[in-house]
Formats: sequence, structure tokens, C-alpha cells
Amino acid sequence: MAETHSLQDLQQPAVSSKVFIQRDYSSGTICKFQTKFPSELESRMDKQQFEETMQTLNNLYAEAEKLGGKSYLEGCLACLTAYTVFLCMETHYEKVLKKIARYIKDQNEKIYAPRGLLLTDPIERGLRVVEITIFEDRSIGSGR
Amino acid sequence: MKSREYQQIDPKALPTPSQSPPPHQHLAVGGDGRKEPMTARRKWEVFPGKNRFFCDGRIMMARQSGVFPLTLGLILVTSGLFFIFDCPFLVKHLTRCIPAVGGALFVFVLITLLQTSFTDPGILPRATPEEAADIERQIDDTGNTSYRPPPRTKEVLINQQVIKLKYCFTCKMFRPPRTSHCSLCDNCVERFDHHCPWVGNCVGKRNYRFFYSFIVSLSLLTAFIFGCVTTHLALRANGGKGLIFALQESPGSAVELAICFFSVWSILGLSGFHTYLVASNLTTNEDIKGSWSGKSGDAVTNPYSHKNIFINCCSVLCAPMPPSLIDRRGFLPADEPARASGADLELPNPNTKSDRNVCVQGPKGLLESAALTPLLATSCPQGKPQTALPCPESISALNSDPSLELSQRCGGTHHNSKTYGSTSPPLPTKSRLHKHKQASSHTPSPTSDDHLTPSSHDGNHRSAARGHRGAKFATLQ
Repeated sequence: MAETHSLQDLQQPAVSSKVFIQRDYSSGTICKFQTKFPSELESRMDKQQFEETMQTLNNLYAEAEKLGGKSYLEGCLACLTAYTVFLCMETHYEKVLKKIARYIKDQNEKIYAPRGLLLTDPIERGLRVVEITIFEDRSIGSGR
Repeated sequence: MKSREYQQIDPKALPTPSQSPPPHQHLAVGGDGRKEPMTARRKWEVFPGKNRFFCDGRIMMARQSGVFPLTLGLILVTSGLFFIFDCPFLVKHLTRCIPAVGGALFVFVLITLLQTSFTDPGILPRATPEEAADIERQIDDTGNTSYRPPPRTKEVLINQQVIKLKYCFTCKMFRPPRTSHCSLCDNCVERFDHHCPWVGNCVGKRNYRFFYSFIVSLSLLTAFIFGCVTTHLALRANGGKGLIFALQESPGSAVELAICFFSVWSILGLSGFHTYLVASNLTTNEDIKGSWSGKSGDAVTNPYSHKNIFINCCSVLCAPMPPSLIDRRGFLPADEPARASGADLELPNPNTKSDRNVCVQGPKGLLESAALTPLLATSCPQGKPQTALPCPESISALNSDPSLELSQRCGGTHHNSKTYGSTSPPLPTKSRLHKHKQASSHTPSPTSDDHLTPSSHDGNHRSAARGHRGAKFATLQ
């Protein structure tokens, strides 16, 4: 048991806290996150950079959910094939989600990780929150 | 030392950071060897809601399949009889198109039915403990986290309408607009329409289009078969031999006629009702509760409607298909050393405790409470989920029958929802009286919303737990 204690201590990243950016429902049920800069991040990064990240994310989600000619066409085609087309084809939404995942990874590498922060893709939290993990400055491994 | 003890507990009790709580995980481990790498398990295996998964997580249904086998059976039997008894005669006397059209409709109906039943309706995964703790912190600024906090609501402004978002005590999050918690499936479902026992699943954002296609194509199929059988029997009887003789010659037709005659009206009615809902961008849930009908006296309009029938239809039926948020087939990560704070542990406890305390009150709510506490226990890091586990199943078994019975009595729930929904007042709250039971059996109450707020300050609401038909419960407001 003592061994497991020490193993655990060694492996544990020094996470200090998590900040959750909640959804913004002022425009309805579309996926949109609040862009208000949380106070916990004030010491870590620029407000502007943060807002830019959130705005880009919101724009990407709006693109995913956009009602337009292309989505209607996809919907009608799917209906005609009794929706079996969803089994073979990647939907528009899924394509944009991949784009979002790439964007978040990119942001993490360029902006957040150097500041000891980590953005978690909202899809892993059921599109409820954007989770930002704040790592302690003292941790040698600089986060994960 | 103390912090070490917390750390020792955490990995067992708290789920890994990126998952919804996997209570069974540490059950399986049995409390030892939490450091051992476990064989990779998929997330569906530890899914906290009451769902059943097949094909390694590819297919999911509600745990109570309701009358889904009956639906499937009726469709297969009626169509089978049609192809066997009526088609040969009609092909000979009329045209070959009949079995072709019938066949196409039948296939379409089957596929849409299976898709409605087996697709994730838009389940929202439960909040991780950290999220839940964060929300609790924001709400309980007064520091009063024990015993029955008052019902938590948050107001948002959507298109100049004030919408109240309710806090779901089971899922530990504020429900997005139009989301409701289904008592039968024990999940929050986005754009919750209703729980349909005929398809054995909830109908929500992701599978509404399948459901709508299903009922429309089923009404076409039923009407088509009805017409063909009538034509067939008429043609046979026209030979001068009379209807009785025709029926004797083709007994299958009699069965089809009966089935189609009784079902075509309710299915057509249901299709019409849902067409209205689609055109006004409403859900059954909202329609029944009269959320936007201005009953409150204010001029409330549906804030989600695009004010244009065509756009409403397109946005409901042809919008981009949203992804499933529950990631059923993802693998659970191996146990990681937990996060720092033991604070995460403290907060859920009072809830479970207080709920357990309140559960003991009120014999009425006892059954449902008993069902609920295991659910709560499993979703909380603590606890004795093991002992509690048998309960939900027995309870749901107990409860499924009455609700089934009622739904059959109501004969086509959705149809009734249309007729009764408008007559019965939306959900008198907080009443557990038997007479209400009866009244509500005809109100296909979506329940959901209110049902599973175990922490509701009376024990009353507990009774809202099981029957989606509102068979027994008062729904809260």
C-alpha cells in the first residue's frame, strides 16, 4: 500500500483547478459558449486571446449547425434513402467536429500549453462546457 | 497524511477525469488493485442511464422495451398477410405495382422504426464531478449545501422570452432549453419530445426525424393495405358470392382488415398531430404543458420557431444530424491518479444523505425513492451501489406493468396525447392523490422534466419517477 502511495504521488500531475465555461443560450438551443473571461485565468493569459478562441469555437459550431442549402440537401437525400445514408457517410456536423478538434489541439499547442493551461474539447463533455484545466506552476512536467 | 488518504480514495470513488462516472468500474475491481490496468472497457458498459446496449454499443434502447415487440410483430404480421393473401389476387386482377409499392413502404417503415428505436435520442451525458462541484459552488453562495436546497433554476433570455432552466439533480447540471429528463430511461434528453413505448425508446433531437418518417410512412402503409384489402374483398364479393364467402376464401384479409381498421385512425391522427408540431417547431412535451400557448396570460410565443412553416419543417427534419454525445463505443481510460481536491467528495455526500433521509419519508414515494437512491448512489462517488443495484430492476419491473397496462388502455398513447393533452390541465403539481393517478394516466405527461428531481422539497415528486405516461405521477412545475 505504501508503494502505491508513492507511485501515485509521482504520477499525479499537479492540477490546481478547472474552470468551466458554460453554454450561452441567449440565441436559443444552438451550441454557443459564453465568451466572458473567467477571473481564474486573469493571471495566465490575455483576455483578447481567450475571447478570440471562444469566438472561433462558437463560429465553428454555428457552421456545424447551420441551416442552409447543403444541409437541406443532405437531409432530403437521407430521408429518401430511409436515413441509411448516415451509416455510410460522414455527416456535415461530424466533419466540422473534426475541424474543431484540430483547432483545439492547435490552440493548446500554441497558446494554452505554454501557459500551463489545457483546453478540453467540449464534445468530450457532451457539449455542455469548455473545460480549462489550470496546472500549477510548480509542477515540473508542466502539465501533461 | 490526510491528503494521502483522500488520494487513496479518489481514484476508486471518482471517475477518471474525462468520463461520466463509471460506478461499475470500481465494483468490478472490488476495491482492491485499483492500480491494476483493467481490460479496456467501453463506455456503454458503465453508462449510468437505464438503457440497453447491443452489438457492443452500436445499438441502444430503453431498458423497458415497452410494446416494441408488439409494434414490430403487428407490422410484420399485417404486411406478411398482405403479401401472402392479397397480393396474388390483386396482381392478377389489377396491377403489379401493388406489391411493389407495398414492399417499398414496408421496407421504409421497418427501417425507420428500427432507426427510431435503436438510435440515441440525444442523451446528455451526466456532468462530471468537477463540473457538478463547480455548479454547486456557483449556486450555493450562502454555503448551505445540506438538506434539500430549494429548486434551482436559472433564467435566460431567448428571443425576448424568459426561459427558466431547471437543475437536474440526477445529471447534476442545468438542463439546456427544451431538454427534459426521462424517468423511464433516467437520462436527460435534448429537445425531448416524449418517451414512446411503441418504439421502446425516447424520441428526442436525434431521432425525431426517424420517428416522424416512421409514423408518416406507417400511416401510408396502413392506409394502403386497408385500401388494397377492401378492394380485394370487394372484387371477390362482386363475383356474386357475397362478402362472407370472400372472407372465408381469404381469412388473412379479415385479420388485416381488423388490424388496419383499428389502427389507421390513431396513426393518421398521430401523424397529423406531429405534422402540426413540426410546422410550429414544438415538441409534444411543450404542447402538452402549454408552454407557449399563452395560458399564463402573457403573450408568450414559441421562441424557437422561425415563424415560417417551411423553415420550421426544414430545421426539424432536415437540419444537420447532431452527433451522439455519449460516445458509447469509446474506451474507458485506465485509472488515472485522481485530481487533487477531496472537496469533490464532500459535496455529493450531503445530497445522497439528504435524499436518503427524505426517501424514508412518505410511504407513497417509497417505491420510487428506493429506485432513485440507488441511482443517486451509483452516480455519486460514494457508496453502496452494489446493494442498491437490484432495486431499480425490480422497481422498473413492477412499474413497467402498470404503465404498459395504462398505455394499452389508452390505446395509442400519442393519439391520446393529442386529445387529452388539451383537456387536462398541465400537471397539477405536488399531488399524489389516487384520483390524480387516474387523470394523469390519460395525460401522456412527459413527466420527465420534473420527475426526477429527487431532491424536490416534498417527497411528493418522487412519485413522478416511473411511468412516462404520467401514470402515477404528478409532474412538477
